[in-house]
Amino acid sequence: MGFADFAFYMFAVVVVTSGLLVVVSKNPVHSVLWLILAFLSSAGLFILLGAEFVAMLLVIVYVGAVAVLFLFVVMMLDVDFAELRGELAKFVPLAGLIGVILLMELALVFGAWQSTANVADLRDAVTPALSETQNTAALGQLIYTKYIYLFQAAGLILLVAMIGAIVLTLRHRTDIKRQNIVDQIMRDPAEAMELKDVKPGQGL
Amino acid sequence: MADFLTTGPGIALIIVAQCLAVIGFVMVSLLFLVYGDRKIWAAVQMRRGPNVVGVWGLLQTVADALKYVVKEIVVPAGADKTVFMLAPLISFVLAMIAWAVIPFNDTWVLADLNVAILYVFAIGSLEVYGVIMGGWASNSKYPFLGSLRSAAQMISYEVSIGLIIVGVILSTGSLNFGDIVRAQDGDYGFFSWYWLPHFPMVFLFFISALAETNRPPFDLPEAESELVAGYQVEYSSTPFLLFMAGEYIAIFLMCALISLLFFGGWLSPIPGIPDGALWMVGKMAIFFFLFAMVKAIVPRYRYDQLMRLGWKVFLPLSLAWVVIVAFFAQFGAFGGAYARWAVGG
Repeated sequence: MGFADFAFYMFAVVVVTSGLLVVVSKNPVHSVLWLILAFLSSAGLFILLGAEFVAMLLVIVYVGAVAVLFLFVVMMLDVDFAELRGELAKFVPLAGLIGVILLMELALVFGAWQSTANVADLRDAVTPALSETQNTAALGQLIYTKYIYLFQAAGLILLVAMIGAIVLTLRHRTDIKRQNIVDQIMRDPAEAMELKDVKPGQGL
Repeated sequence: MADFLTTGPGIALIIVAQCLAVIGFVMVSLLFLVYGDRKIWAAVQMRRGPNVVGVWGLLQTVADALKYVVKEIVVPAGADKTVFMLAPLISFVLAMIAWAVIPFNDTWVLADLNVAILYVFAIGSLEVYGVIMGGWASNSKYPFLGSLRSAAQMISYEVSIGLIIVGVILSTGSLNFGDIVRAQDGDYGFFSWYWLPHFPMVFLFFISALAETNRPPFDLPEAESELVAGYQVEYSSTPFLLFMAGEYIAIFLMCALISLLFFGGWLSPIPGIPDGALWMVGKMAIFFFLFAMVKAIVPRYRYDQLMRLGWKVFLPLSLAWVVIVAFFAQFGAFGGAYARWAVGG
């Protein structure tokens, strides 16, 4: 067993174990922390595949941004853990049913999965020669030339989703004071202030 | 001996020795950076600063570190002990491992990754966890508020740092630090470096780096006048030392990044004078001096203004700059100053 094999099994075991711990942890914050470990280990698996660009993106996007937001929300939740665990027993049959259905669907899909005989050739036909280009450059050449419309469409969908989320949560409050930065900077001390010469013993 | 050094265990031994050399360099610099920071700060305020331990107080940081190590570790009663202890370790280790891809000279680099910038960026985006976990695990109000502030702040400024880096990558056509520095090698020395074509971004990057590393004027996560010491309130002794060391190492890393991305890394500013690691270290020291001066001179931002600056000023500016650089690079503007793929790789 070489070093790469050892690394693969280590990362794989960590991914599966931390995935399990995400579900069974009693504290939701611990769940998110285990989720982060799962993301990091899958980044390790991508590196073993030679896809270092995807691995770094996985860390930057999922661990550096998405999981931070998860943690942010979960930390601020005020959850009564004892009550949650009490409710758990009630939902176990339903959860088990959903799990079994999902498993059956997956089994059906993979059981009936068919691919053409020359699938490897089809894949190689679009991929730039990896012996000459780095995989970051190869990925860029693919998604910005051959798959540009799909790539842009995906970006557009994300943009629309983002704008939709902002529109849904945006509310203009009129009862609070706001600072207008430009007004603030444009304030002139000569106009905003008046100097009075106060005589001793007289006042204004 | 030569045979041993080119086989499995020998190579592993060499790599370990190189790692230790980099760690040693960072730790020794850390001792003097903290000292330098305090001395510069003192000089600006016309005080003497540390001057008792060792010649000119040079060993003050060593004494401080020793003092932290021998103190008692206090864990708050309601704290989540594992996460509480994990948080400072995470901040220190993450700050340290980013140095693996920083080159000090043409071939002096531990791991010559072809996605080196992304690696540093990924590690940088993980650093926020040390702060969040520390603040949450303390089970106390001030640390929690501090960590919430910090999370939002670090994520906001990461966006603009990322876009600024995209501009440099567009010019070079590579994500490797070595290629980025070699692309800045030119006939005009100092004036061939990226600071000139990417001039406005140098300032944006410097300011974003201040915010990203929680340095004044953006040290709102610890804002001692409002939050006592933010996420560090409940920490004492060695865990606190790790937090502080991690913070300084992250600052030093930002200095290294500025020198590599915009100021030619190990290249010498005057054509004819040989390049070398000393230039790199010198440049990092200069930028650290600037960090220290900013800390001494600039008053702290208000939190809403910090967020406004990040999202409404830096983000549009750096995004616009990416588009501009892309155009300049594509059409070879300014004698190809923005398109150095031929040299870069």
